[in-house]
Amino acid sequence: MATETHAAATDAAHGAADAAHGATTSVCLNEYGGAIGMPQLCGEWMGNQVFWLVVTLVVIFFVLSKIALPRIAGILAERQGSITSDLAAAEDLKHKAVEAEEAYNKALADARAEAGRIVAEAKAEIQSELDAEIAKADAEIAAKSAESEKAIAEIRAGALEAVKEVAKDTAKEIVAAMGGKADAKTITSAIGTRMKG
Amino acid sequence: MATETHSTEAAANGAEHAEEGSSLVFHPMDQFIVKPLFGDGPVGTFTITNVTLWMALAVLSIILLLVVGTSRRAVVPGRTQSIAELAYGFVYKMVEDVAGKDGLRYFPYIMTLFMFIVMANMLGLLPMAFTTTSHIAVTAVMAMVVFLSVTIIGFWKNGFGFLSLFWISSAPLVLRPILAIIEVISYFVRPVSHSIRLAGNMMAGHAVIKVFAAFAALLAISPFAVLAITAIYALELLVSFIQAYVFAILTCVYLKDALHPHH
Repeated sequence: MATETHAAATDAAHGAADAAHGATTSVCLNEYGGAIGMPQLCGEWMGNQVFWLVVTLVVIFFVLSKIALPRIAGILAERQGSITSDLAAAEDLKHKAVEAEEAYNKALADARAEAGRIVAEAKAEIQSELDAEIAKADAEIAAKSAESEKAIAEIRAGALEAVKEVAKDTAKEIVAAMGGKADAKTITSAIGTRMKG
Repeated sequence: MATETHSTEAAANGAEHAEEGSSLVFHPMDQFIVKPLFGDGPVGTFTITNVTLWMALAVLSIILLLVVGTSRRAVVPGRTQSIAELAYGFVYKMVEDVAGKDGLRYFPYIMTLFMFIVMANMLGLLPMAFTTTSHIAVTAVMAMVVFLSVTIIGFWKNGFGFLSLFWISSAPLVLRPILAIIEVISYFVRPVSHSIRLAGNMMAGHAVIKVFAAFAALLAISPFAVLAITAIYALELLVSFIQAYVFAILTCVYLKDALHPHH
């Protein structure tokens, strides 16, 4: 093994070197301060190691059990607590949101119904007003047209008379111009026949 | 990393090492030497050594991560706090899943072991570092503590019912005594495998890196050696975490056996 190589090498190389140089203070060390065999098996050092190990473990145990572990447990518990309460709060808020949405939907439906009702009312009102106005207008139109018909009949009668008169005069003049002598009675009857025809 | 460690050793006896520079020299185990931080005296039980330094750094790292990192107590965590919470959740879930709900009262102990091992392993990967968990004395103490604890907990919770762990009632009656012997042996081997697995993994990885580092001194193969160090370093990062995880999860498994010995 490597240690043996080392020991052999050092023995060979320093066999003649002065022993005082390598101030050997342990049976586990060679004259140059190197390890003889495994330092782990050196009984001389074990007491020291065990003593300091016990001191170390006791210190660590007290630090852990008095300070560190309760503190970390506290931190973890606190975090768990805040997470739980946050989750509860979130659940609560979710409920509220659902309620708010329901209220909103209800309000919306109500508003829709109300609007529909108002529209229907307005339509009915407009329809009735419109019907009334149409009836009124129809009546007025009927009255006006009757009046007009009457006026037209009058005008037509007037026009006939005027035509008769003009025809009578014209015929008399024509007959006179042709050298005849027309009596009024004949012309009138002739025109009457013509105009009827 | 290993080269630097090597150079500190070389500084102590530089001239001699320079002489033998022509031949390839390996010092893969020198990085595991325990030495006093101050002076050159012998290593006694209470001497402040590199073990003390690197264990203290592990403690400091754990405090930085788990105490300072969480000091803001943010509901929305920052980066360090996330890692701290992740480590907490990871070990907590492991204890809960493996050892059961009643194993959770031992969670701080398992967390202590896991955090220490993972930090010591990671710190050991720093250049010039000393890997405390590569020493069998360290891992054996932890494994023995776990072994004794779960044995005591087992008898304390179940009385002599704990012995039913070794009496496999689902096996045919003829086989049960043989299985019981195997179970008892495997039970007592637990601390051995538990500790050697961790120390062995850490030691092997670091020693291999150092061997490749020695090869890097040869110009012809140094690119390959550097590539190999990089690859092994990546592997060692993985191993550092996995071994800490394995140590902790085995502790949980042993704890489960102690709490619920009936198969």
